[in-house]
Amino acid sequence: MSKVSTLDAALAPADGLGGGQFGGRVVAGRILAQFRGWVVPVVLVAAWEVVVRFGWVSAHLLPPPSELVATLIELAGSGDLFSHVVVSSARVLAGFAIGAMLALLIGAAVGLSRALEAYLDPTFQALRAIPSLAWVPLLLLWLGIDEAPKITLIAIGAFFPVYLNLVAGIKNVDRKLVEVGGIFGLKGWRLIVRIFLPASLPNLLTGLRSGLSLAWMFLVAAELIAATRGLGYLLTDGRETARADLVIVAIVVLALLGKLSDSLLQLAERRLLVWRDVYDSGR
Amino acid sequence: MSQPLLTLHVADKRFQSRRIIDGVSFDIQPGEIISLLGPSGCGKSTLLRVIAGLDTDYRGTVRVKGAAPHLHSPDVGFIFQEPRLLPWLTVADNVGFDAGPGGGRNPRVKELLAEVGLADFADAYPKQLSGGMAQRAAIARGLFAQPSLLLLDEPFSAVDAFTRMRLQDLLLSLAARHGTTLLLVTHDIDEAAYLSDRILVMSANPGRIAGELRVDPQRPRDRADPRLVRVQTQALALLHGERLDYLDLSDELAARPHAAAPVDFASLSFAV
Ligand SMILES: Nc1ncnc2c1ncn2[C@@H]1O[C@H](COP(=O)(O)OP(=O)(O)OP(=O)(O)O)[C@@H](O)[C@H]1O
Ligand SMILES: [Mg+2]
Repeated sequence: MSKVSTLDAALAPADGLGGGQFGGRVVAGRILAQFRGWVVPVVLVAAWEVVVRFGWVSAHLLPPPSELVATLIELAGSGDLFSHVVVSSARVLAGFAIGAMLALLIGAAVGLSRALEAYLDPTFQALRAIPSLAWVPLLLLWLGIDEAPKITLIAIGAFFPVYLNLVAGIKNVDRKLVEVGGIFGLKGWRLIVRIFLPASLPNLLTGLRSGLSLAWMFLVAAELIAATRGLGYLLTDGRETARADLVIVAIVVLALLGKLSDSLLQLAERRLLVWRDVYDSGR
Repeated sequence: MSQPLLTLHVADKRFQSRRIIDGVSFDIQPGEIISLLGPSGCGKSTLLRVIAGLDTDYRGTVRVKGAAPHLHSPDVGFIFQEPRLLPWLTVADNVGFDAGPGGGRNPRVKELLAEVGLADFADAYPKQLSGGMAQRAAIARGLFAQPSLLLLDEPFSAVDAFTRMRLQDLLLSLAARHGTTLLLVTHDIDEAAYLSDRILVMSANPGRIAGELRVDPQRPRDRADPRLVRVQTQALALLHGERLDYLDLSDELAARPHAAAPVDFASLSFAV
């Protein structure tokens, strides 16, 4: 995975020419390259600290990074943070699992059957047009304020990207490969499992990743509105008690969790799609 | 004569009202090796697709072992004009595809890979193969399945001359061993003469059978056999649109293959 792609080599002739002689420099350059992305955030955080320390911005509105770290440690120490994280993650996991599973079943059926597509796809396209937060009042009315409306909302959020990507993926399976399956006597279920599913796996994984990121977004929406625990609740709590540090810590933790869960899926994607012959695969 | 393995009569085949095939008929007996030779675009691939059941939109009757062609038939195998390997399977799993998931572990896969010169690439993915290597893997996949009728669409056009000869001999030996009937589309006249029992020469616009040539010499054949050279000359003439009865086809000519052939090579318009 650490190979430099040919294009990179072509674009960076100075590195490429190095060969054995400049090997050390090339490696050093590569390590440096990995940290390039950190430069801007580190500078920003430093500037932030300075600006607040010198009193140019009110520490009440924008707590300095050092104070945030203190808040974080305090929250983590008391175990509060952990329980918020667990509650939120469980909701996302449940909602995402339900939404993605339904999307997988319905998407596969719609992608594979013209008749089902004719019956179902227009409905789903119409439902998709509803801005998802518009569901919230209805869900609260129908399902009360417990876990059910939250998980339902998250499931709705996760459903559509998975559904749309899977249907598109199945529709775009190369006819020539389907013919190969037919020539080798595959039909029905076996054709689906051996040709359609692997061929649309790249799309499915793309759909799962965007479904997961939407699930986190909808989690916040759900918890902002009605919750007594969870990171969204921490946001509300921070606002109500005028503690910007709580709000910012909650935001950072949400970002980390989102990134972490996406990285896990990305890892799965890398492993499942090693066979793919794409421009980006050399990294 | 026994019941033919394939009887084909395609009266009319069109793509968007353009007539591609006009009255093509032939039979194939079990165990025969037939080549289909003709200019590019005359409908050779289309005929193979009809026989495989991949194309059902034509007028006529086609019977494989007495039944209408249908996809999913275990009787018919197809080596396509392009490799069409499944990109998500390793080369071995592609070759053993017919044996089900994990078919790459079948011992015959290893043998076949060795025979097509890909022994070291069993665990590679198709993206790691060159065009000719991919085509060789596809050939191995087609041979693995052992259908009664194997359709081959220019299977060797992407491999080098030496490998091509080896693969031709491999094809012949496997076909002989399993009694496989072969219908092979090719642009290579030498190949058609060397491999076939009969050569069907087609003309284009619309596709028709221009003539049929028997190739008599017993196998194994000598590639330089003057009788094969004579068949090649005849095939060229048919491709060129001449009728056979205008040609001097005496054995005397055949014995002197370097005599000026009655064909103007420079004006040939088909892709070889
Ligand atoms: N799916 C299609 N839609 C429309 N026209 C087609 C289609 N497939 C083939 N044709 C036309 O049918 C004709 C015969 O095509 P075919 O592929 O059978 O030719 P071929 O004899 O195999 O040629 P080649 O030797 O170049 O492979 C061509 O003129 C082509 O334009
Ligand atoms: Mg063709």
